[in-house]
Amino acid sequence: MANILVVAEVAEGKLKKTTHSAVTFARHAAAALGGTYSILIVGSGVGDAAQEAARLGAAAVLVADAPSLKNYLAETYAPTVAEVGKGFAVVVGTASAFGKDLLPRVAARLGAGYATDISEVIAAGAELTYKRPMFAGNAYGIAKITTPIHVVSVRQSAFSAAEPAGASAPIENVAVAAAEPAAARVEFVSFDQIKNERPELGEARVVVSGGRALKERFNEVLAPLADTLGAALGASRAACDAGYAASDLQVGQTGKVVAPSLYFAIGISGAIQHLAGMKGSKVIVAINKDGDAPIFQVADYGLVADLFATVPELVARIQAARA
Amino acid sequence: MKILVPLKRVADPDNANKVKIPAAGDKIETTGLEWKPNPFDEYALESALRLTEDGKAPKVRAGEVVVVTFGPKETEQTLRAALATGADRAIRVDVTDDKLDGDLVARCLAALVEKEKPDVVVMGKQAVDGDSNQVGQILAELLGWPLASFAATIREEAGGLLVGREVDGGVITLRVKFPAVVTVDLRIVAPTSVYSLKTASTFKYNDGVRFAALPAIMAAKKKPLVEVKVADLTADAALKVQYARFEAPPARKAGIKVKDVAELVNKLKNEAKVL
Repeated sequence: MANILVVAEVAEGKLKKTTHSAVTFARHAAAALGGTYSILIVGSGVGDAAQEAARLGAAAVLVADAPSLKNYLAETYAPTVAEVGKGFAVVVGTASAFGKDLLPRVAARLGAGYATDISEVIAAGAELTYKRPMFAGNAYGIAKITTPIHVVSVRQSAFSAAEPAGASAPIENVAVAAAEPAAARVEFVSFDQIKNERPELGEARVVVSGGRALKERFNEVLAPLADTLGAALGASRAACDAGYAASDLQVGQTGKVVAPSLYFAIGISGAIQHLAGMKGSKVIVAINKDGDAPIFQVADYGLVADLFATVPELVARIQAARA
Repeated sequence: MKILVPLKRVADPDNANKVKIPAAGDKIETTGLEWKPNPFDEYALESALRLTEDGKAPKVRAGEVVVVTFGPKETEQTLRAALATGADRAIRVDVTDDKLDGDLVARCLAALVEKEKPDVVVMGKQAVDGDSNQVGQILAELLGWPLASFAATIREEAGGLLVGREVDGGVITLRVKFPAVVTVDLRIVAPTSVYSLKTASTFKYNDGVRFAALPAIMAAKKKPLVEVKVADLTADAALKVQYARFEAPPARKAGIKVKDVAELVNKLKNEAKVL
């Protein structure tokens, strides 16, 4: 049996969009292996998420629902995911903070190899290998997993979000495995959520990112542009470190990796680790005072100009062009 | 508190765009690049030092920091630098990168932990060469220890740590009891990110990691550094992940510079058709 298990990510009782990227992987991989894919949902009160997952073309939606699973902890989730995962050829999730925390532990429980943050699945007959970025995206490795079960996390921006397909999948309950002994020594204290009205960085069609040059006027300058375009806001590491932007806006090797249709890099010089997070964007626009900034080497359209004068004019002209 | 800090030597991350893939695609060529400690591991070491002092007297260690690396003889430089910065002892596991994967490193570390019995393993969330982000997680699983990954803040409490984890859309705070594994993210080296029980809550560190003074560099030459073999730590050195080949990233076609905002908007609308 060569089937795929998708580990879903749930927030506030709803399926997160990260899940849909893992489902897209599963469709490719299942087709190559001549198998099917199932979606596993772990949590508390996840009935709605299960209904949503049932529309994604899976052979089955497996649900492990228990009050003890209300707040995610790898120590309580990993045993159940690994127990269910035993029956599958590939266990896949998305390389979000959730997936990156959970999946290596699942792999360790299964004695399986784990390929992180893959950008492509390559099928040669029934053998799957995984292409993944290394060195901040300056090299790609084709990873071969030598264990019977493969565990992988997919890069959200490299796998499009799966659309609903096929008949509604049956929803089955699965047993919640006993938590690890380590669970007794870890306590969930709080989740301090940063409220954001804009689209999520990983999912936005347009991203407007700013660098340290914006200083305290980061929001004042960029918010009108982001709102005009319905864009997500992003930031360079330097802007986050300096406190001009919230740290969850960081785009880069160690922040979010995005690949929108249109990416604005405003006052961003283009350090390697930032480029790693946005080089896959379809169209890149750079606005920077320094004409030699490395960002211009990856930009489709570069404008050497003072951003404080340029961005308001850009907002006005985009609004006029759309009128 | 006794802390184990794994450190990896990597090709200079600021020049990662200079890595080359030979036509055969059999390796990643880093020749000509400088070697540096993985930045996240430097942050881990800084965190460990902050957890074993009171802030005001950084030369007085309240506890022990043991550093370990996996590499050939020349990686002892990385260890000596860590000893000069304040670590007490060093261990080098004699092996080369091509004989390792995340799983094997974690299994070797687990064996070292059994011997060293630290209260905490503090390590970088990922090495910036392989970008694999898995050793800390696997290690916690193998040891049966709780894990707080992607830590942005650590506060020591009686018998454990209060850790703020940077996740999508916010910060999750976890309380872990010793022994535990912590992997650290960028912001762990901010001035108010890490406090030991001894450090006054009003104390502020300099931003970033500390540097070794010259006398400390000399003194570090006398600090203990031992070599062990992979075979001393595990009988099974098989790899679970191997690389069949490597490829260069797809090149972006050269862009153009526009002269003003009007031209930019015109291009975006009529040429790229993204507005």
